[in-house]
Amino acid sequence: MSGAGPIPRLAFRSVANRQLTALLTILAISLSMALFLGVQKVKEGAEASFEQTVSGVDLIVGARGGDVNLILYSVFHIGSPTANVTWQTYQEIDGLPEIAWTIPLALGDSHKGFRVVGTTDAFFEHYEYGRGQTVRFAGGGAFGDLFDVVIGADVARELGYEIGDQIVLSHGIGAVSFSQHDNLPFRIAGILDRTGTPVDRTLMVSLQAIEAIHVGWQSGAPTQMARAVTPDRVRALDLQPTQVTAFYVGMSSRTALLRYQRAINTYREEPLTAVIPAIALRQMWDVIGVVEKTLSGVSLFVVFVGLLTILTSILTSLNERRREMSVLRAIGARPWHIFALLVSEAALLALAGGLLSLVILYGGLALGGPAIESAMGVRLMGVRPGLLDAAAILAAVACAALLAILPAWRAYRNSLADGLTVRL
Amino acid sequence: MVDISGLRFAWPGGPQILNIPAFSLQAGERIFLRGPSGSGKSTLLGLIGGVLRPPAGAVRILGADPGAMSGGRRDAFRAGHLGVVFQMFNLLPYLSVVENVLLPCQFSERRARAADARGGRRSEAERLLGRLGIGGDLLARPPGALSVGQQQRVALARALIGAPELLLADEPTSALDEDTKSAFLRLFLEECEATGSSLIFVSHDRTLAGNFHRTVDLDDINRAAA
Repeated sequence: MSGAGPIPRLAFRSVANRQLTALLTILAISLSMALFLGVQKVKEGAEASFEQTVSGVDLIVGARGGDVNLILYSVFHIGSPTANVTWQTYQEIDGLPEIAWTIPLALGDSHKGFRVVGTTDAFFEHYEYGRGQTVRFAGGGAFGDLFDVVIGADVARELGYEIGDQIVLSHGIGAVSFSQHDNLPFRIAGILDRTGTPVDRTLMVSLQAIEAIHVGWQSGAPTQMARAVTPDRVRALDLQPTQVTAFYVGMSSRTALLRYQRAINTYREEPLTAVIPAIALRQMWDVIGVVEKTLSGVSLFVVFVGLLTILTSILTSLNERRREMSVLRAIGARPWHIFALLVSEAALLALAGGLLSLVILYGGLALGGPAIESAMGVRLMGVRPGLLDAAAILAAVACAALLAILPAWRAYRNSLADGLTVRL
Repeated sequence: MVDISGLRFAWPGGPQILNIPAFSLQAGERIFLRGPSGSGKSTLLGLIGGVLRPPAGAVRILGADPGAMSGGRRDAFRAGHLGVVFQMFNLLPYLSVVENVLLPCQFSERRARAADARGGRRSEAERLLGRLGIGGDLLARPPGALSVGQQQRVALARALIGAPELLLADEPTSALDEDTKSAFLRLFLEECEATGSSLIFVSHDRTLAGNFHRTVDLDDINRAAA
């Protein structure tokens, strides 16, 4: 019986006997690994959420400008457009064959820090996020009246709004606005379900409503006439929109996508930019991803520190265990048995730590996942233990075994030199 | 049983501490090996046990020469044919009393078979412990819960399991008080007799010498000490 036979069992009993040290070591490893795996999960969730913000949209069209800028203001409501697109151009592109639908967007107003988007019912019908989910109403419905507004889930929660509440929109996009459209109050007609996208922080009105609240406004400021506008008078006016900020395009055939993108980018009547959101979002994530890579790197170092605690605990126990090693040798253990014993102990500690980290991580996600999801809009609930976790645990076990070679080698040398008695 | 010829040994960088031209031990013989501290008694046991390799000369045991074997064969030979009892701290703290006694059976097929032939290794372990006065709930306890005298008896049971041909004892009684010492020695010799093992019993305590077939003074056989 010169095989490894009794060694795994001895390693287990030896670790189990040093309960407190083993427990603390396992805890250090499990916490560090839970942190690392947690960062990976959040990263995956954030990446998926980010790249699938507008999953069903094939093209986004706006005035000539940078791709990133267009995505930022049309999807994330960050920054401002340089110019608008005329209604005529929008109509022409909307009428092209192979274009299945368009969603117009008119930006520039806000409500208590949340952006207001002028659009049409097409938004509720065609806008898709995530894996092809359309927006759903938690209550109420789409625009039925000129002064109806539909609000996102965060807007409703943070401002405590309910269906039927009256609100006033502000001109401009600051959190505090001095130009209120207070002569034309809106009624909340619908509240949307949470999407985990910027839609949650948006208020939507019809394009006609955007025209209506700007009746009498010139170059961004109200005139005397604007002050005199009342809802009843506005309803009598022709509210045909004259321009939109940008619009989403859905194609009936994806094969025409690149051809259409080029045609729009070289449109003769008006300088336009068309971006494919899937590609642009991917490129933007590569830039934002630096943060995530840094975080991954830091958490990897924490795991390494966790593994070093194994090395420390084994190295410090080495002298007091010298007796034990000579006893094992006297009984017939070979020097490599001593070596294997220490390496197995390290691997065992890493394995226990790795398994405990899964309990901590997935237990934590089950308990805290919904809170993180609603606070950060990162989808985590679908996260299940997977190949990455198994690979990470295996890697940690391998690293621990590798690190343990140092004390194991020392013990091996000692056991050769000590003979049957410890010479101290 | 044991045949030493022309044995010389020095620890790395140290002076020669053993130079034994000739020494032998008959099968079934129980000898008392005496010598002051630092005279090389433990080193000699290491050489006989095959943990140390003699740079010159030969230590033949049961007609074999462990010093000429590969490391693995030497370890297997020791596991199969030798039982060792130290002065103290003989037991692994993380195994129970009975598991400690069974340990040699895990490293040696030969001793496992020998123990099995006597009615199963676990019952053999319990029988040996019982004869040494350790039984009941002590069997499942960790060795740390036992007195030093009890621990030495557990170590003896472990050395005896599977009936190895040669027992090596390195000052096994020096941690015991006078009363336990003589009781332990009596048990030790009885069990040796029962298994028919040869014994090299190392001690500096002359009062014990009368219980053995023969007393050997290390200084008499070792020329390096002169």
